Amino acid sequence: MRRDVFQAIADPTRRDILNLLALKAMTPNALAENFDSSRQAISKHIKILSECELVKQEYSGREIYYYFNVKKLKEVDKWLEPFRQMWNTRFDQLDTVLKNLKNKRS
Amino acid sequence: MILNKETIYTKDLDNKKINVVREFDAPVEKVWRAWTERELLDQWWAPRPWKAVTQSMNFRDGGTWLYYMEGPDGSRHYCRADYSSVVPNKSYKGLDAFCDEKGNINTDFPRMNWQVDFKKADDATRVEVEISFASVEDLEKIIEMGFKEGFAAAHNNLDELLAGQ
Repeated sequence: MRRDVFQAIADPTRRDILNLLALKAMTPNALAENFDSSRQAISKHIKILSECELVKQEYSGREIYYYFNVKKLKEVDKWLEPFRQMWNTRFDQLDTVLKNLKNKRS
Repeated sequence: MILNKETIYTKDLDNKKINVVREFDAPVEKVWRAWTERELLDQWWAPRPWKAVTQSMNFRDGGTWLYYMEGPDGSRHYCRADYSSVVPNKSYKGLDAFCDEKGNINTDFPRMNWQVDFKKADDATRVEVEISFASVEDLEKIIEMGFKEGFAAAHNNLDELLAGQ
């Protein structure tokens, strides 16, 4: 089964988990209290987030704390970069076309 | 009025959408023409150093635009867009696809849905493009392709320099 950042953040519950973890590191139990879904369901989401490294874990005594790995999320924006560059170039070219149209008064 | 020529991108992964918004310093009628007439489209649609070359175009509901993108190495990628919901000087929809030179759709690649809106903003025109995909996987595939096909404009200047243009 594939695990990647795209798939991970496509799910609304997983995005909510990330939003919570963005505020502070949390134990799995504390996280689960914020959701109506079963603890099991939340663990499964955490597992997916961990597998794609959006969430990392740290031990503090016997407790596991999950925290949000911001660095990984930055990769998300990278996907859009070629797309963004393509459109920027396109639009600059369109500016030129429109300028020429204007001058020709057609 | 100060024109905002910065392109605004927003992504809405829940709805598998990417929105692109940009203002242009020309009246709606002209901007509309640039988006819907083949001679004008060919001048800007392909990001340099690529070239867009229209093979046939019928801009109306149910009509099709068949064109190819030619890379600096001469490689050609045929594309088509099927138009619908055309409201002149206001908006249109397009469904695009990769295809062969006869327009037969290559189903290995995801298709993108376009909704393009043209809005008057004083003397300028605000263009809002909404691109949507059937699934997150499709969106991902398109973006991966962007990398592979070298549509990325980052190296444009270098390419031009090397080509001595």
